[in-house]
Amino acid sequence: MTEIRDVAVHHETVVPQAQQDITDGGPDMVQFVDGEGTRLERTAANTPYAEIVEALTPEDGRSMYRDLVLVRRLDAEGHALQRQGELGLWPSLLGQEAAQVGAGRAMRAQDFAFPGYREHGVAWCRGIEPEQLLALFRGVDNGGWSPSELNYHLYTIVIGNQMLHATGYAMGMQRDGVVGTGDEDRDAAVMAFTGDGGTAQGDFNESLVFAGVANAPLVIFVQNNQWAISEPNYKQFRVPPYQRAQGFGFPGIRVDGNDVLAVYAVTKAALDNARAGQGPTLIEAFTYRLGAHTTSDDPTKYRSAAEVDIWREKDPIKRMRGFLSQKGYADDAFYESVDREADELAVRVRTACQNMPEPSQERMFDEIYVDPHPVVEREKAQFMEYQAGFETQEAR
Amino acid sequence: MAAQKMTLAKGINAGLRAAMEADPKVLLMGEDVGKLGGVFRITEGLQKDFGEDRVVDTPLAESGIVGTAIGLAMRGYRPVVEIQFDGFIYPAFDQIVSQLAKMHARSRGALRLPIVIRVPFGGGIGAVEHHSESNEAYFAHTAGLRVVACSDPADAYWMIQQAISSDDPVMFYEPKRRYHERAEVDLDPQAGSILGLHDARVVHEGTQVTLLAYGPTVKTCLQAADAAAQEGISLQVVDLRSLSPLDTETIDRVVQGTGRAIVVHEASTFLGMGSEIAAHIQQECFHHLEAPVLRVGGYNIPYPPSRFEEEFLPGLDRILDAVDRSLAY
Repeated sequence: MTEIRDVAVHHETVVPQAQQDITDGGPDMVQFVDGEGTRLERTAANTPYAEIVEALTPEDGRSMYRDLVLVRRLDAEGHALQRQGELGLWPSLLGQEAAQVGAGRAMRAQDFAFPGYREHGVAWCRGIEPEQLLALFRGVDNGGWSPSELNYHLYTIVIGNQMLHATGYAMGMQRDGVVGTGDEDRDAAVMAFTGDGGTAQGDFNESLVFAGVANAPLVIFVQNNQWAISEPNYKQFRVPPYQRAQGFGFPGIRVDGNDVLAVYAVTKAALDNARAGQGPTLIEAFTYRLGAHTTSDDPTKYRSAAEVDIWREKDPIKRMRGFLSQKGYADDAFYESVDREADELAVRVRTACQNMPEPSQERMFDEIYVDPHPVVEREKAQFMEYQAGFETQEAR
Repeated sequence: MAAQKMTLAKGINAGLRAAMEADPKVLLMGEDVGKLGGVFRITEGLQKDFGEDRVVDTPLAESGIVGTAIGLAMRGYRPVVEIQFDGFIYPAFDQIVSQLAKMHARSRGALRLPIVIRVPFGGGIGAVEHHSESNEAYFAHTAGLRVVACSDPADAYWMIQQAISSDDPVMFYEPKRRYHERAEVDLDPQAGSILGLHDARVVHEGTQVTLLAYGPTVKTCLQAADAAAQEGISLQVVDLRSLSPLDTETIDRVVQGTGRAIVVHEASTFLGMGSEIAAHIQQECFHHLEAPVLRVGGYNIPYPPSRFEEEFLPGLDRILDAVDRSLAY
């Protein structure tokens, strides 16, 4: 008995983060520009994607920069609106703009995306109106848009649930014959978004099993922002997410999530493969959540300011601006015009939020079922009669 | 089409086949549903005729099965999911309750998920742990789902087709110990004997006490009615068929007729379907009642090892005992 107890005492119950550096993605990570925006030479990791980046025009670069800035401003406005009591909650994407814009821009109209709840940048790229994103957080709606209009599913709050919906949707595309036909306008794929915390969920792992077995046209996009609320990577996994894909039978790629060119190139390649019928890819975008988990969180309780400062230096917008300037693709007049546009967007988002109509109370009974349901109908009628009683009293 | 004699299992099989022939978007998904035809052979022969893309042998992961079915439904398919045994549904509970039940509402009607989840349920087959449960109340408690239970071959054949054609998600409970019961099934859709999916049916006329049952206990209640008749007691038996929504019109009518009601199900009585039914009856039929509504069901313990199940399950004697207690008021 003593021996067993000794073993138990000496057993390490938490494996510390051994070789992984939370600020360094390592040599496998695909990267095209450094922290200052200087274009990097070809490496073993980035060479397979170099042609995609080289095919981009200066206009593409400016357009990406514009998206990054506008998305950050939209996010800042969401945060401010929560602080002023206009929204109940806001999950900030601060620091993850390049991961989301790079991925979102790589998609085609016929592709379909399944977000978590922080993917405001992907929503922007899909064409979701910024004010539509606010309805959920203002408490007037549990969704906010029609998923099939822009092929962008509603936000999913239970972590990981959406990974399986994405997989099933991709299996449906296979059955519809829109995979591997060679028709660029027809072939389609699905993107499923989650974070480092999401990789611990059963649904995440089941989605990898199902997608692998079906060879489904699916790109699993993990934004590893290093923190699942207060828990760092080493409390979520022993092997980084991109290495896990191999065990499920398809490639996994780690990309610098703060390098919009790299994210775009890697995602485009994975989507092209998926649409061509070559099956799933897992992309781990190595990035950082510069803000709190949500407006209800206090990250000073669990992480150091020094760590945040290191990541501020890797800011995705600063890098893209450095790249554009070094290449001579943009000048100050351009940056100023984007800033003005961001100001206008902020005003638009704020006004739309404050002017959002209050929903009628009886609406809570609507669209629970497709076909009539006696319990819902009865309760709605009772509710309206009850409410009408107050109105009659007031009228007296 | 003429009437055919078939088992309840065959009724579901034939109903699935008819639904798949009628609509190419209908898919079957589940563990071992392909070549094997499922552990109860409900899907026997269907993969051979409809192919592997429509009768899908899935990985062994229930959340994955329901979660991918949701994605397929979003893409326009009508998946029919087989959960191998009642006790294996819990890994999918999150997908069913958090996603399947709520998606239509949270999309404000933009999304429809016409998914049927088939659940072989109940005990009485001498099975090991986790193979004999009655978990219908969890799902009947969840808004956004419809929950039904068939009890005979004709209902099996017609109700599965009605469930598949429903645009709402339907939990379809199959009484596994009755899979091999045989009866005539009228295959003519014009026969006029086909009830709506959510209608209850009086399966035995009687005047003194109403027994309300569904799934496997319908037959037990019919046996109780026969036994009681020999003692000169007239029992009415109602097959509820639908648990959410309940056919409260029929329940009110029959209970107001006899003034005495007993709910019989295999599930534990505490917060089981009988609790809701009893609450409803006392509210809507209060002045017609001659006795309190009684419940006969499983005891409030985990489903016991199979050597105990004869005593655990509501059998003839416990039902007749409750009838005596009701009549004693």
